[in-house]
Amino acid sequence: MLWISCPTCGERPVGEFRFGGELPHVPDRITDPDAYNLDYVWMQNNVAGITTERWFHAAGCRRWLTLRRDTRVDRVVPG
Amino acid sequence: MNEFVERILDLPWQEPKRSYEVVIIGGGGHGLATAYYLATRHGLTDVAVVEADYIGSGNTGRNTTIIRANYGIAESVRFYQRALELYATLEEETGCWIMHKTKGLLWLAHTESGLRAERARTLMNQAMGAQTAMVTPEEALALCPHLDLTGGGRYPVLGGSYHSGGATARHDRVVWAYAQGALRRGAHILQHTPVTGLLRDGDRVTGVQTATGPISARIVMSAVAGWSTHVADMAEVRLPIRTHPLQALVTNPYALGFEPIVASSELLCYVSQTARGHMLMGAEFDSQPSYSRASSFEFLSSVSAKITKLLPFMADLRVLRQWAGICDITPDYSPIMGETGVPGFVISTGWGTWGFKAIPAGGEAMAELIATGTTPAMIASFGLDRFARDHAMADQGSAGTR
Repeated sequence: MLWISCPTCGERPVGEFRFGGELPHVPDRITDPDAYNLDYVWMQNNVAGITTERWFHAAGCRRWLTLRRDTRVDRVVPG
Repeated sequence: MNEFVERILDLPWQEPKRSYEVVIIGGGGHGLATAYYLATRHGLTDVAVVEADYIGSGNTGRNTTIIRANYGIAESVRFYQRALELYATLEEETGCWIMHKTKGLLWLAHTESGLRAERARTLMNQAMGAQTAMVTPEEALALCPHLDLTGGGRYPVLGGSYHSGGATARHDRVVWAYAQGALRRGAHILQHTPVTGLLRDGDRVTGVQTATGPISARIVMSAVAGWSTHVADMAEVRLPIRTHPLQALVTNPYALGFEPIVASSELLCYVSQTARGHMLMGAEFDSQPSYSRASSFEFLSSVSAKITKLLPFMADLRVLRQWAGICDITPDYSPIMGETGVPGFVISTGWGTWGFKAIPAGGEAMAELIATGTTPAMIASFGLDRFARDHAMADQGSAGTR
């Protein structure tokens, strides 16, 4: 099971958190403003590897945090 | 007929040709069904299905085998109802036994708002020709005498809907039926052939690069699950998909006779009995996207706690196996089928946790798209361009997972 280190509450199980999505990153090749907005709003990088994302500690301090996670093994990585 | 002594699919090794009319990436249900319908409905047999592992090794072999059409929006009900009808006649059509059994599906509501949602969905189903009716708690008990209507004091059953068309089929056998049908008509199924890239000619996709060499094709279709984003990336197509693991489990056998499939969208779980008596359960997908197929204790404890309140006899059963598959979850909980905007590259993805029940209709529609070059009306609203057109097909509650 995934454990997340909350800056306020310490190491807590994933069930206490709500996933807030990856940080949007639109590829450089998309330059048209409409295509950029479409990509920013809907599209996902869905990385198989290390990704930076937002989490909300819903059943804890109720603050947002940013972390890096390896989606291949579902573990938080430092940095 | 005994499941264990019957002869299984004879799948010869085929030497890949250098070029095909159509190459389908992904030898799961949707890929093989597309190959099958291309051959049977359109006479197109110059087709290769390229699979990285063995056929049905992905989500087609990992789901909870439920077939139903009680969705919440008109386009979805029509589409899944088509799949339900094709499933019902698939044994007759292919001559393969897929262990199809119409059981009926009981969908329970535990709150007033849940009941209202169920009523709205039932009306939509009836308008679109799916057999769904509201039931009272007493009628639910008559359909499934194992229910505890008080829900262990925690989840009282206030009513629900009964979808009499709900069915199950053996998922591996569906794969084998389609594979056999396609093979016999001359399609190639290339197992253990991972796709490493797409061949491009300017904007156009002209084939696939595999571990055993390049294969050119007039049309390439992606029917991979979980890894859709990466195959689409090879064609520079962006998808609104997150890959989430979905877990399921089976218990040891219980006396046969647990007739309907029981589901509850408020408890986010569903249970049915297999032909061998195992109780087969699934629930919501994991909240965070991941490519890990590891099972979690968190899932096991949460689904056990909920289901034993609703079906107390299950507290005495033991869990035999728990497993996970990685699903393509779209933001609107509807699949993405059709053109991608890149010539020569079509896609069937976003099957999330609702892919198995759609296999025949998805395959049939994609085959028509590939053979005729025009998008069939059945799937026109499920195109990738719906996000740009601001026509998301939101149907969250009907997926039964979240």
